[in-house]
Amino acid sequence: MGLTGLEIYKLLPKKNCHECGPPTCLAFAMALAAGKASLDACPYVSDEARAALDSASAPPIRLVTIGTGERKLDIGDETVLFRHDKTFFHETGLGFELGDAEGPSALAERARDVASLDFERVGQHLRVNLIGVRSDTGEAGPFRLAVKAVQEAASLPLVLMAEDPGIMKAGIEETAGARPLIYAAAQGNWEAMAKLAKQAGCPVAVRGKDLDDLADLATKVAGAGCKDIVLDPGSRKLARTLADLTQIRRLAIKRKFRPFGYPNIAFVTCEDPELQIAEAGVYVAKYASIVMMRSFERWQVLPLVTLRQNIYTDPQKPIQVEPKLYSIGGEAGPDSPLYVTSNFSLTFFTVQGDIEASKVPSHLLVVDTEGTSVLTAWAAGKFTAEKIADALSTSGTIDKVGHRKVILPGYVAAMSGKLEEKSGWEVLVGPRESSGIPSFVKARWGA
Amino acid sequence: MELLREKWTGKVREVTIGATHEHGGTRARSVTVGGETGLPFLHFEGETPNRPSIALEVWDIAPEEWPEVLREPYADVLSDPAAWARKCAGEYGADLVMLRLASCDPDRGNTGAAEAQAVVRSVLSAVDVPLIIIGCGDPDRDNEVMPAVGEAAAGENCLMGIAKQENYKSLVATCVVNGHNIIAQSPLDINIAKQLNILITEMGLAPDKIIIDPMSGALGYGIEYCYSIMERVRLGSLQGDKMLAMPVITFVGQEAWRAKEAREPDDAVPEWGPQRARGVAWELMTATTLLQAGADILVVRHPEAAKALREHIDELVTSGEGVA
Repeated sequence: MGLTGLEIYKLLPKKNCHECGPPTCLAFAMALAAGKASLDACPYVSDEARAALDSASAPPIRLVTIGTGERKLDIGDETVLFRHDKTFFHETGLGFELGDAEGPSALAERARDVASLDFERVGQHLRVNLIGVRSDTGEAGPFRLAVKAVQEAASLPLVLMAEDPGIMKAGIEETAGARPLIYAAAQGNWEAMAKLAKQAGCPVAVRGKDLDDLADLATKVAGAGCKDIVLDPGSRKLARTLADLTQIRRLAIKRKFRPFGYPNIAFVTCEDPELQIAEAGVYVAKYASIVMMRSFERWQVLPLVTLRQNIYTDPQKPIQVEPKLYSIGGEAGPDSPLYVTSNFSLTFFTVQGDIEASKVPSHLLVVDTEGTSVLTAWAAGKFTAEKIADALSTSGTIDKVGHRKVILPGYVAAMSGKLEEKSGWEVLVGPRESSGIPSFVKARWGA
Repeated sequence: MELLREKWTGKVREVTIGATHEHGGTRARSVTVGGETGLPFLHFEGETPNRPSIALEVWDIAPEEWPEVLREPYADVLSDPAAWARKCAGEYGADLVMLRLASCDPDRGNTGAAEAQAVVRSVLSAVDVPLIIIGCGDPDRDNEVMPAVGEAAAGENCLMGIAKQENYKSLVATCVVNGHNIIAQSPLDINIAKQLNILITEMGLAPDKIIIDPMSGALGYGIEYCYSIMERVRLGSLQGDKMLAMPVITFVGQEAWRAKEAREPDDAVPEWGPQRARGVAWELMTATTLLQAGADILVVRHPEAAKALREHIDELVTSGEGVA
């Protein structure tokens, strides 16, 4: 178990120099206890204190970086088992495997296809993260050419996949300084692989036959001087992999079991294209740091990257939609109804669905409420008559809406008088729940 | 190495839907859901005595708003609910058929109790799998129609919905009198879920006749809220909260096929890929994600999503052996 802030404080120099960042040693101790700071930030800590604190202050799961530059991938550093307990921090890296038997020009084209997978969703770019280059030929020459071709074609970090240290060495030479993930060290080759990883300064994946074997190998590879390790439990069946990923996460976080204090990698093994994404989705939801797939059709990747965005959304910081005037349920015209709501994504999606269900194309003016729902925003002064009046006049609504009637959520009916006064618009009080929109618009909007 | 196994004290209740001849109904078999003693599919610490069930959705009026890729597998039966149900239970292998009495909606067919009773009787005689029957969603109309439907299906031990905190009494009454199970819906709120279960049991319906619908959005449309609520419902069940320990139903198809990603035609956003594959994938991924959060009954629409979901569940319930 980790130490409490006060226990850590007793071991610190108590100089309150604030060279570590926080203003006092106590504040630093609290940050260490929360896994939010590293002991390395303290210039004055004694060696004994460091030894005592090292294991307790290290995060339960190490942050590992693959690649360099803008597209580098940070994985690990998770602190909870359930997203509702806090949040999941580092999104699952999504990678696609290519085999060296395809030949350099075909590989370059496929690599460009992978790198072009980029979907925009609620203001974020959802992209894939890694390309795996796998040695299928079993020879260093083709592997070297494949790695070179893929690296030139796409700026994504690579996973070099070869069992033979000689072949791996060729791949590493082609990627000097680019921090590819070396896959994998297993019983039989771990000493050579660990040596290559250490020399090249690359993260290395460790593949066990089962969890015991994995713990043994991770300990050995760490002992050989590799700090950045990625764990592969070796399981290649869905329920077994789910169980293993769960155990790795639990043991790392709840027992601080050091051999499992690293991010992990899972491989999708289903043949069927639909079952592949179902399998990958399980790993995204349940603790995988990297998921590797073999096929990457756009209809497969879109739901996967969306799921990842959803699962890794901080429950404390809901997704917001862009505050602006939306046209819902078809092309809204000058005579279409105008609704107003908050920019909390869930509120927006619900209102959007209910307007669509009303089968009346409509305008929906979304006001910036900092991602809070209508009632919460109203209570916090973020959804006020002034704010709505301002949005009405600055959003271009006047140009698109011919009438001057705005439909207000029923829960905030109390502000209707003030809104009329501030905006000059006529206010219709809508239903309290947006599910009432279809019957409301039928009864109240004389079309 | 010693694995970390949680010691749960509670379990999810088992609920049985459908009555066979020896239990006073006419179903060929019943479907039991729930009974889990651990988190979803973690075979090293809990039992999954009943695999999650798949229901396919049937409407009593042709659903105009379904996109063509979804109407296509039912093209020949869309205006014949009995034939539609037969296709779902037969060719498409549904564990359960969910009949949505959409035509009762005043804005749609505006049909009443007599028509609803007739369609329920025809579907009951067309298929021998257990039925889920839900109203059109208009509270007044549902309160008028559902008691009559409950009576028409008396003794069949159907799953009837949808009870909400502000409108549950007449549905509970018909379930008690006619021997049905109930869907208790709460708006992404554990406390309301629990409160509604208490209100329903206070009216005399047994706790093992209740299935929870915590409500969900589709993938990309707020699914993460439901995911976390469902995880907390399961954790509450395992920690011994008996008034939360009901199996969970989720209306996957209804939500997924509202998503833009499922509805836009092939040429609207070419970089999304073809609509049919994309729509099925959207429904499948919504379902498989909620499965990981603890769903027991998944109501889907596209037969291909149902098929893939069944194969995925096969993998989840069987490939765990060998986990020490």
